[in-house]
Amino acid sequence: MNLEDIIKQTKTYYCLECGKCTSICPVSRHNSNFSPRLMLERALMDSEGELVHDRELFSCLTCYACSDLCPSEVDYPVFTQKVRSLASGQGEHGDCAHSGVLFSLMRLTAHSGIKQKRLDWLDGCRTTQRSEVLYFVGCAPYFEPVFEDIEVSPVNIARNSIKILNALGIEPMLLPNERCCGHDLLWTGDVETFKKLAHINAEMIKESGARKIVFSCPEGYRTFKIDYPQYVKLDCEPVHITELLAQNLSRLPLQPRVKQEGISPEVRKVTYQDPCRLGRHLGIYEPPREIIKAIPGIELVEMEHSGGESICCGTSVWTNCSSYSKEIRIERLSEAKATGAEVLVTTCPKCQIHFKCAMVDKGAEKGPDIKMGVTDLVNLVANAMETRE
Amino acid sequence: MPEFEPKIIAFCCNWCTYAAADIAGTSRIHYPANVRIVRVMCSGMVDPIYVLKAFEKGADGVLVAGCHEVDCHYLNGPLKCDAMFAKLKRVTNTLGLENERLRREMISTSESPIFAQVIEQMVQQLKKLGPSPLRGGVKA
Repeated sequence: MNLEDIIKQTKTYYCLECGKCTSICPVSRHNSNFSPRLMLERALMDSEGELVHDRELFSCLTCYACSDLCPSEVDYPVFTQKVRSLASGQGEHGDCAHSGVLFSLMRLTAHSGIKQKRLDWLDGCRTTQRSEVLYFVGCAPYFEPVFEDIEVSPVNIARNSIKILNALGIEPMLLPNERCCGHDLLWTGDVETFKKLAHINAEMIKESGARKIVFSCPEGYRTFKIDYPQYVKLDCEPVHITELLAQNLSRLPLQPRVKQEGISPEVRKVTYQDPCRLGRHLGIYEPPREIIKAIPGIELVEMEHSGGESICCGTSVWTNCSSYSKEIRIERLSEAKATGAEVLVTTCPKCQIHFKCAMVDKGAEKGPDIKMGVTDLVNLVANAMETRE
Repeated sequence: MPEFEPKIIAFCCNWCTYAAADIAGTSRIHYPANVRIVRVMCSGMVDPIYVLKAFEKGADGVLVAGCHEVDCHYLNGPLKCDAMFAKLKRVTNTLGLENERLRREMISTSESPIFAQVIEQMVQQLKKLGPSPLRGGVKA
């Protein structure tokens, strides 16, 4: 695909230069060098050469805030995704956080010959060899050692997801040699490796005979729902765990909190961060909220920007994490703090990683107080299924 | 068919293990030529990406070697290396890479025979294991 095709496909020609995209862009608000409007204009006016070598090409969070507001329905995130694949072909990459380790792992799982040992954390979970329902674990086993220092446990999210499915009478199967979904590679322009991963995963899923794939990660979910069908044939329905739980709320064994010395415990306030992939990408805003509201003893309070207007956690696809990303996170966490909530609940492991990272960052104590609990919705639900104070 | 010759990448600290390898050479201690040494200033500076990249580029085994804890020229490099290595090992285990393919050693300047032994042993083990399942990178 060349630049002209990309412009046609994403309706870049229709840009009115109104600047609404730049006005809502969380990156532009902090980084004046980046503007979606100017990027589009350069694509239309300049040659491809200059655009693909622009450092700011990798600054976009692909959070869809701009396209949601665009009067001409220009698909800026997909424009970014496609131009990045051109840039990748010319050896351009964004600045990768974690020194590229996570990308290396994604590429390494694309080898057909590997036999992973990725399911050594299943204690307390009931799974079967053959089932209609497949639970897609995702990167959790690889993230676990990497993000231990900031006290994020993606494996715990996976474990709790399976326990909740068990409580609903579902014993899911897992793929012992499941590969990376390829989301981050696709969005940084490495389409070749993405395709390879998609083919291996699709083949394994076909062999497994699954009819439904459950995700607790919005990125994997988006990738299977929107991106995979463009490259591979999938005969099963991807579903996010929040959708499944919201449909089966009455069957969830949620326990009320135990009285202490005869006094009912105080209602705990939580607030909800819509991950970009689940919210604006796929329009799933209500199911997570319905679940939180159904948990006894917990009250949901909304942030200033929520639902379709919510602000991204500041970094996507581990790329171009910078002082601007940190500013976005501090802004968002300040909003969360202002609600008076104790805990920020999200449904994406990466949101959790990014917020926790901002809290433990060097110098964080000099800025505004942003320390608060951050957890995943499935952890909140799993906790509410146990007797608690 | 010629026998499989494994490729080993060894990250060696400038002050101890690199010097040990150097002395092994000048002392004419024989060890297999399967190892490519990358000199680093301290084992504590070896980033996980160096090791993963080596595997991506087709290494069959990787050795990370440096000073003993008390010999470090930068206070606590070996401790940093140990912490990094423990995490890295968990990641490579998840990837399904055999334990023998990734090795951590502390070899001081005076221990050049040990360096030769370690390489000899690694080559024997890797010959048994065969080529790395991560050989032939998808894309660098």
